Amino acid sequence: MKVAKQTFKFYTLVVMLFASFFAMAGNTTEIGEDKEGQVDTKEKVDAYISHHLKDSHDFSLFSYTNDAGERKHVGFPLPVIIWTSNGLVTFMSSEFHHNDNGEVIVEKDGLKFAKIHSKIYELEAGAEAVSFDEEHHATNAHKVLDFSITKSVVGILLIGLLMFIWFAGLARQYKTKQVPTGFGRVLEPLVLYVRDEIARPNIGEKHYRKFTGYLLTVFFFIWILNLLGLTPFGFYVTGQLAVTACLAIFTLIIYTANGNKDYWMHMLWMPGVPVLIRPVLAIIEIAGAFLIKPFSLLVRLFANITAGHTVVMALIAIMFVMKDSLGVVGATGLSFLLSVLIMLIEFLVAFLQAYIFTMLSALFIGMAVAEHDHDHAHDEHGHEVPDAEDVRGDFI
Amino acid sequence: MGDLLNDFSPGLFVVQTILLLLLIVLMVKFAWKPIMNSLNEREEGIQGALDAAEKAKREMQNLQASNEKLLQEARLERESMLKEAREMKLKMIEDAKAEAQAEAGKLVANAQVAIENEKKAAIAELKTQVASLSIEIAEKVVREELSNKDKQMKLVESMLGEATLN
Repeated sequence: MKVAKQTFKFYTLVVMLFASFFAMAGNTTEIGEDKEGQVDTKEKVDAYISHHLKDSHDFSLFSYTNDAGERKHVGFPLPVIIWTSNGLVTFMSSEFHHNDNGEVIVEKDGLKFAKIHSKIYELEAGAEAVSFDEEHHATNAHKVLDFSITKSVVGILLIGLLMFIWFAGLARQYKTKQVPTGFGRVLEPLVLYVRDEIARPNIGEKHYRKFTGYLLTVFFFIWILNLLGLTPFGFYVTGQLAVTACLAIFTLIIYTANGNKDYWMHMLWMPGVPVLIRPVLAIIEIAGAFLIKPFSLLVRLFANITAGHTVVMALIAIMFVMKDSLGVVGATGLSFLLSVLIMLIEFLVAFLQAYIFTMLSALFIGMAVAEHDHDHAHDEHGHEVPDAEDVRGDFI
Repeated sequence: MGDLLNDFSPGLFVVQTILLLLLIVLMVKFAWKPIMNSLNEREEGIQGALDAAEKAKREMQNLQASNEKLLQEARLERESMLKEAREMKLKMIEDAKAEAQAEAGKLVANAQVAIENEKKAAIAELKTQVASLSIEIAEKVVREELSNKDKQMKLVESMLGEATLN
């Protein structure tokens, strides 16, 4: 039974790898500029990739061209919730009929909406169709505040629910037994890992308990969403700037709110340096704390995930783009080999980015709550003896 | 950069903020706090068990040492008791011997006294017997002597002769 279970898990993994390959390959034929909707040229691949890297208003699994030459999309629509000049308006995304260049106009509450590059635009009064300038910017429509349940939001909800079920289940297990069984046995070392390898060493023994909850949530949130991004469903949540920015701002708020006297002192009026330099340092420190640190957090995660998705899709596109020069078998084989290898790397990156984000958040929090003792940490020559806190500070 | 800013969706940002906040609150309340508490409890439990085991081991060693000591003491006590018993035995024998000797001495003395008394009685008896025998003999002799007149006269004369008047 055990062996069968393991074999099953192994096959699931293999199938997931292959499925993501073929599904992404399949996805490649989903949206096109021409009537067939096939993506088979370099330009269409570029367009497809940049389209995929945007959030989507519907959940499409795959699409095909039927015998009558019609393009069929298989998937399900998601609700669109937008804040317009008339207040809140909701409808299903299926009303756009998968059109993404502003051709289909949806009328709701006396307002007209069009979807252009995954953004919903409200047409100005009197306009019947979206007109574009040379740079392909809509001239008679403006963007609306979009609270839609997009694909990313579905991903967030799904992962939130999954995390809650898993970890609340794990928490329940501890009520009856000391050592969890089943899936909890997998989760427990991960929780311990975050606590003992990320929170405890970076924040310090004294304060880490307070922040472990946030770090655990963020770590699993990012990691699972990264992994979900590698599945054929094509979730791309951690590559959305809005999501990474939100995560980074949470970290910013937490370390700013918990900064102690030393932290603010070192930021605003650095002790131990000439008075004239202090204001300059303060400017640098303030920029560092409020801009550079959160910006580095949000861009690092966003850029890594975007790069990963782009590379995987580009490698899959080899199959179509190089069909002529390498032949069908050659192009498919090359594409397959490269994308499987990059997929394996992406599995590592998925973990790594979650780890780095959590680790840096812990580090920043640790710096804000660290207690300095400059008065008695001097050796006989009057030099400061570096302690763990200082070394950590220098390291950043 | 412009493209990136264009891609930034404020709506998604708001939704994500709300959802993340909700997730953090829920996870902390229903998952992380109980998990952390249980893990800490378990770790403390393990530490406690290890400490207890160490303590038990030390106590065991102490117990063993005290057992050893007790045994040693018991052995010593037995030794001394045996010694005492041996001494007592010797003393008792000694005492018994002395008493026996004293008793024997006493018996001998009593016997001697008795013998002396018997001897004295026997001598006294002998004396009376000898006296009565002598008297008898004397009587017989006297009777014999005085049976004829001549002889009586002779005797009186001899006696008178001997008892010269002074």
